Amino acid sequence: MEGLIQIGGAVALLVLAMFTGSIIERRHYASIRAREAQFQNLPAIPYELPAGDEQPLAEVRMVMGSTVVSIDYFKQFLFGLRTLVGGRVSAFESVLDRGRREAVLRMKEQFPDADIIVNMRLETSTVSASTQKALNSVEVLAYGTALKYRK
Amino acid sequence: MILTTVNFVPGRKILEHYGLVSGSTVRAKHFGKDFMAGLKNIVGGELKGYTELLNESRNEAINRMVTQAQSMGANAVINIRFSTSSVAQGAAELYAYGTAVRVE
Repeated sequence: MEGLIQIGGAVALLVLAMFTGSIIERRHYASIRAREAQFQNLPAIPYELPAGDEQPLAEVRMVMGSTVVSIDYFKQFLFGLRTLVGGRVSAFESVLDRGRREAVLRMKEQFPDADIIVNMRLETSTVSASTQKALNSVEVLAYGTALKYRK
Repeated sequence: MILTTVNFVPGRKILEHYGLVSGSTVRAKHFGKDFMAGLKNIVGGELKGYTELLNESRNEAINRMVTQAQSMGANAVINIRFSTSSVAQGAAELYAYGTAVRVE
């Protein structure tokens, strides 16, 4: 009987995670797409300015944005199944994708009037927790140098 | 203090190099925040408590780097890089480093 309750609890948690997790992911993607459209005129490039670029500058500022995204219980369950056969873990890919795009957007939000962000770097690290098994989250940091040209 | 991630200060000439400056901080997580994050982790999404904590710590690392650069007489730090590593369960080290320079 006790075992049944335990299994029932785990299943209920899994179903809860599946629904809320997918709702959160869908909302997040909608918000990311909307904000990315807003910033389509502010490119972020991963290299320094080409030597020929000698436009006079009005402002130079370092910008950074970061986010910690967690991997929900259901995705972790999928991952557990996936490890049996190996291969691509698409459940985790979307989490990292969301994290990176969110971090880049937050970086851009620090200086929305900039013309370009050069030498952007992305860094990903896992945030370990006191209870390793229960917690899996990833921190993504985006940083670069925002330039505003004098017009 | 001008901070950039490129190896020059756009639009200005570098007068003098002072070498590497760095700042780091090791932070542990707040028990309450950790507990809340544990709950939030069931359903996924952003862990705002952690984002804030890491941002604060990173700013602290930057401040330490800037203080070091100032004491050398620099007015800019170029080519800044960040690195994060977890040193223990529940603690992370945030490290910022760059090159201190004086620009016109």
